[in-house]
Amino acid sequence: MTDASSAQSTSRRAGLFGSAALSHALPFLILLAIGLALPLFAGGYWGVIAQRACVYWVLVSGLNLLVGFAGQLAIGWVALLTLGAYTTSVLAAGNATPALHPYLALAIAGVFGAIFGVIVGLPALRLRTFYFAITTLGFATIVTQIALAWQSVTGGGVGVPGPVFPPPFDSQWGFYYFCFALAAICTWMTANIAASRFGRALTAIRDAEVAAEASGIFKPRLLVTVFIFSGAVAGIAGGLFASLQSYITPDAFTIELSVLFFIAILIGGRGSILGPLLGTILLTVLPEFAAPLVAWSTFLYAVLLLVIVLAIPGGIADLLDFKNRRPLQSNRAIIPRPDLLARLLGQNADRGTLRLERVALSFGGVRAIDGLDLEIRPGQVHGLIGPNGSGKTTALNVLSGYYAPQRGAAQLNGVTLPALVRHTRARHRIARTFQTPRLVGEASVLDNVMIGGTIDGRGSFAESLLSLPRHRRDEAMLRETAMLALGVVGLESLAAVRADRLQHSELRFVEIARALMLRPAFLLLDEPAAGLSAEEIRRLGALLSAVAQTGTGVLLVEHHADLIFDICHHVTVLNLGKKLAEGTPADIRSHREVVNAYLGG
Amino acid sequence: MLASIVLSGLAIGSIYALIGVTYNVMYSASRVFSFTAGTLGMVGGILGSLFILRMGLPVWLGFLLALAGGALLGVITEIVAVRPVLKSLDQHLYVLSTLALALMVQQFAAIEWSTEPQPFPRIFDIARGGFDQTFWLPMAACVITIVGLELLYRHTLVGHAFLAIAEDNYAARALGLPERNLRIASFALAGVIGALAGFAGGQLLLAFFANAPLLTFYGFVPVALGGMGNNRGAVAAGLILGLFQQAANFLVGGIFASVAVFTAFIFVLLAFPDGLAGASAQRRV
Repeated sequence: MTDASSAQSTSRRAGLFGSAALSHALPFLILLAIGLALPLFAGGYWGVIAQRACVYWVLVSGLNLLVGFAGQLAIGWVALLTLGAYTTSVLAAGNATPALHPYLALAIAGVFGAIFGVIVGLPALRLRTFYFAITTLGFATIVTQIALAWQSVTGGGVGVPGPVFPPPFDSQWGFYYFCFALAAICTWMTANIAASRFGRALTAIRDAEVAAEASGIFKPRLLVTVFIFSGAVAGIAGGLFASLQSYITPDAFTIELSVLFFIAILIGGRGSILGPLLGTILLTVLPEFAAPLVAWSTFLYAVLLLVIVLAIPGGIADLLDFKNRRPLQSNRAIIPRPDLLARLLGQNADRGTLRLERVALSFGGVRAIDGLDLEIRPGQVHGLIGPNGSGKTTALNVLSGYYAPQRGAAQLNGVTLPALVRHTRARHRIARTFQTPRLVGEASVLDNVMIGGTIDGRGSFAESLLSLPRHRRDEAMLRETAMLALGVVGLESLAAVRADRLQHSELRFVEIARALMLRPAFLLLDEPAAGLSAEEIRRLGALLSAVAQTGTGVLLVEHHADLIFDICHHVTVLNLGKKLAEGTPADIRSHREVVNAYLGG
Repeated sequence: MLASIVLSGLAIGSIYALIGVTYNVMYSASRVFSFTAGTLGMVGGILGSLFILRMGLPVWLGFLLALAGGALLGVITEIVAVRPVLKSLDQHLYVLSTLALALMVQQFAAIEWSTEPQPFPRIFDIARGGFDQTFWLPMAACVITIVGLELLYRHTLVGHAFLAIAEDNYAARALGLPERNLRIASFALAGVIGALAGFAGGQLLLAFFANAPLLTFYGFVPVALGGMGNNRGAVAAGLILGLFQQAANFLVGGIFASVAVFTAFIFVLLAFPDGLAGASAQRRV
């Protein structure tokens, strides 16, 4: 199969990543060339449209990180455009202060945008999606009303003149190049973020929040960072917008604009930079061909929004994603290579034991676990079995901080681990998998695995934004480790494939690879063998034994008795939230009650 | 002055409360908040003015037709914007699909009806007084709706079925309840309540397309504060919101009243994300 062999050679990298990067950058380079050469072949009227496309894109590029990557439905983001436009215009005109230089006014608009971006965005950290959507919408209404009412500063309904930037940016094409340069910079910066651990973490928050937490991603901090960035570029876009309009009134900032920005992102596709960029250009140019319908433009945008949501939720990016339409090899097998584990994990320093100490937890009136003690030792596989509802997964969730027990606690080496701050478990090198695999379906397998190593990156968001050396070192390191982890679980050849194209059993191994990225001191597995074939279970067992041999403590919550008895050093049997039996596999196998109640003789 | 604050506050609060109930009825049936809730109120006002003033129909007929129009829009919401995205609730596509539908209706009204507020007819031919029908109609509509819903939910089989699908959708379907028909019926009922809010409040808000986003926002405040799906909470919160808003209106002026309401809303919500009367649900892992 040429497909498989070409994918395999990807793992050897060398020149291949270079050409992949080039083909990835090619559409952007073409757009850059067209944009630079535009004045040569387009008339003045198209210059205005091109300016508008650039200004919109400056805002949309930031909003895209928020909507397309992080999945936050900030429908009222036009509020920040309004804010930026008025800030720049008012400061440059000197309505409230001595008149400032337009560039300084524009920079201040960016700062205001960043501040208010956080204020508008903060509710997203606490509220449900619809609540957040409606608060942003409320904010957009309020900002317009204030602009209308605060006449001494904003000119009320009469408005204020927009700023005029000094030469050479005062002429039409001069201003165009100014906007174009900013748009190009925004494209470059957001593309850098998209290809960084931050971009991957955002998609993880969107599609697999619990997995993001388990990988040590702290959602509030990351989102606030993105709100700052998106707010700043929206504020700057507002300043440019005001200059473009040459005169602004509150009427200019309708909800229609917000809808337009949203459609540009959705039509482009979630988690893509190129798609929304094309979407923005398309939506700016489209009305020029539909002049007779101008009164119906908002209506038509709304129709478009509905059609996209219902018919092509993947957007342009999906349509352009040719490489993921090639069929995968159908008879592929997962062949883990435990021999690579030593290179991936090194030898684990002894981190003591992970234990549950007399933990009790009930949901409503149901006792899920009732005074449970559990001890997971380094280098050992600890099996946790029991009938459905006996509290196995609950115990695992207490260990990994997802549930707060009413009594008792999880302890690492005698120190109590706080409950409900789930993202801190990763710092203690406690990794986990989930009963139903939690992956980002739209991201590649490699990206999914790289999410697991998020906390090992050293560069900051700003460094990734500008692609500074530390960011590049992080990326190279994460990519290399992730390829190694994929090699360990035997899925190297699928690294470039979208995760939602994989079979169920493969998803389970991807989750294990992601967990191994933490170089875990403790690995907690929630029914990893469910849905696997007998051969795959055998390979999984060998892999887990090898993981334990490197010094990692493994907790195995399972139903497959054979797997448990094959690889576990120690087994705990739960029934109705209590320990029914405990001991070596041999002890358990001969335990009368267990045999009667669970193993069925 | 106090009397007029209380009077207009309770009247406008009743409208907000009714829109809140509209949200709740749709939410109970589908776990979806719909942006069309406020649009239904706007439609009730415009249809009332259209049928009674412009077409000269009798008041009772115009009233019934306005409610029927609301019911129809409710059903359209279910079919066009809710049902197709129910499969993937966790992606929250309904936020966008219902927003799109709400915008379509709103723009259609702006273009085909008017972009200016139009007069709304007086319903009862009686002299204006201090306690005018402008104020007591919305309050009466609110009381009737709440009592009617309680009776429906407690004393009829259909009402029990509504409660059942609100409580546990899967279990209700397993029991053989026609979940889809009940959902359509719920959306029709929500449409009637929303249109009733707009019709009863027509003399206060006039027949104006821009009432849609206003009611969508102010109608959601009682839902968020009263706890979702909780009608009594919505009514209490709606009335408080109306009083607060009117008081702020009189004391500091219109724009700052909006700012005050919005700010208060955000702060209360940040402090109590599940509403003042709500309880949080445990997340499943």
